[in-house]
Amino acid sequence: MEWETVIGLEVHAQLATKSKIFSGASTAYGAPPNTQACAVDLGLPGVLPVLNQEAVYMAAKFGLAVNAKVSPRSVFARKNYFYPDLPKGYQISQYELPIVEGGQLTIEMDEAEKTIGITRAHLEEDAGKSLHEDFQGLSGIDLNRAGTPLLEIVSEPDMRSAKEAIAYMKKLHSLVRYLEICDGNMQEGSFRCDANVSVRPKGQAEFGTRAELKNLNSFRFVERAINLEVERQIDILESGGQVSQETRLYDAEKNETRSMRAKEEANDYRYFPDPDLLPLVVEEDFLQQTQRDLPELPDEKRQRFTTQYELSTYDAGVLTANRDIADYFEEALQAADCEPKLCANWVMGNLSALLNKSNLEITQSPVSAAHLAGMLRRIADNTISGKIAKQVFEAMWEGESNADQVIEKQGLKQVTNSSKIEQMVDEVIASNPKQLADYRSGKDKLFGFFVGQVMKASKGKANPAQVNELLKKKLAEN
Amino acid sequence: MSLDKTEVEKIAHLARISLTEEDIPLYTKNLSDILNLVEQMNTIDTSGITPMAHPLDAVARVRPDVVSETDQRDHFQSIATQVEAGLYLVPKVIE
Repeated sequence: MEWETVIGLEVHAQLATKSKIFSGASTAYGAPPNTQACAVDLGLPGVLPVLNQEAVYMAAKFGLAVNAKVSPRSVFARKNYFYPDLPKGYQISQYELPIVEGGQLTIEMDEAEKTIGITRAHLEEDAGKSLHEDFQGLSGIDLNRAGTPLLEIVSEPDMRSAKEAIAYMKKLHSLVRYLEICDGNMQEGSFRCDANVSVRPKGQAEFGTRAELKNLNSFRFVERAINLEVERQIDILESGGQVSQETRLYDAEKNETRSMRAKEEANDYRYFPDPDLLPLVVEEDFLQQTQRDLPELPDEKRQRFTTQYELSTYDAGVLTANRDIADYFEEALQAADCEPKLCANWVMGNLSALLNKSNLEITQSPVSAAHLAGMLRRIADNTISGKIAKQVFEAMWEGESNADQVIEKQGLKQVTNSSKIEQMVDEVIASNPKQLADYRSGKDKLFGFFVGQVMKASKGKANPAQVNELLKKKLAEN
Repeated sequence: MSLDKTEVEKIAHLARISLTEEDIPLYTKNLSDILNLVEQMNTIDTSGITPMAHPLDAVARVRPDVVSETDQRDHFQSIATQVEAGLYLVPKVIE
């Protein structure tokens, strides 16, 4: 039987506020345990939550960016469950009336675009952290994270493969960073994902029973965990069994998912409006102001890059997936005043490769946009060839700031003096009589050999176009 | 509407309230009575009425995003049962 995978994602984005959603405690990451957990976060008797307006603003920004309705009136509810890292015995969340309803996000899949529905996005508080090791059989609780604002973004079950799920998640990740509402740091848990996964016979309208996968804290894990889960469910169904609705935890070390607990029904949480918090009203003029505050969004920027710079959709997509990369590209391009494609190739190629290798963000690049531009200018005006540029770039990466200085110091200036090149060409031809004879008897492929020899003789500095031209002429002469 | 014993036991578990066998009939009756009252209210036509989330006719006050709390961990932890390395220690709960 042919099976179809159905995936919906719940993404928790930690909002980049300075203070918590309902208290004035700091949200900074990495503080010593419980030094940023105040009386409100601890759920001490008599405390009252007061909503952080920045969290509302950020949620509204998101809603507008995905063309959703930002509700003029939303309500906070208590989600009741008992766990030691949730001191109040309930999490303040939104249930029936979330702040954002009904948006969409477009993903690009192998040339075809697909629209993924966003059911809702609601504000809620994060829980603390439980540490289960080394406390003589007890658990240690750190409540620094308790009360950190989260935007839970719930998609429609619109994705049909792990690849689509990843594309959606990456798009969302890019968007929240463009909006500057979340730092997107997955290692620190600022951007987390749960996946609802089910399978059904192809063509069937009803959904199969789903399992919820937790603990997916990297794009790679999401893909792996979904693929594992799909295989598991198909195995069960094909051997005549039934998938049970449950929460499963992905174990990255063992690369397996395992049952965590039977999934609660929503009514097990006994949601009810939080009497401590009044309904949240979002005024029209606030929304208009928020709309004006929106930056150029990834899709718009990509579109502009293809028209303004005549880049391919692919190149524009890579450059605009991250706002910092897009900014770097535009800064370098403007300063270099060269072909956009040349600049794009360097940003997406050598620069990205070295950044990845050193595990650096583009904002931490040892080669600034201005310095890259300085080198691009020298490629554009033929001072250096693309090949030599790699050498210059590496020197700049190692700390030489200025391309011109590197070129000067290492004597890398391209040889464009045609009599010099001609001399080298003549020498190469003269010292390779066998290859010359072979070439003239029809082995055209040997042309590359001659180019290589001349480039070698010039230590890579000969202008390749001139070398080609001269060689063609000389080799044809007889 | 009448609840049965397993439903009452489940509700008690969700609320982490321990009931003895003898308690169960009483709670079953009390909770069922509440549900019956709700059912009675359900017969009223409320279409066109906005659900009330809060009895006060007021809206949320918000605060600016400013860190106003200082570290008072020692103070809070002086009333905790057990602490270690800055953490609150609790009986192990692993699901």
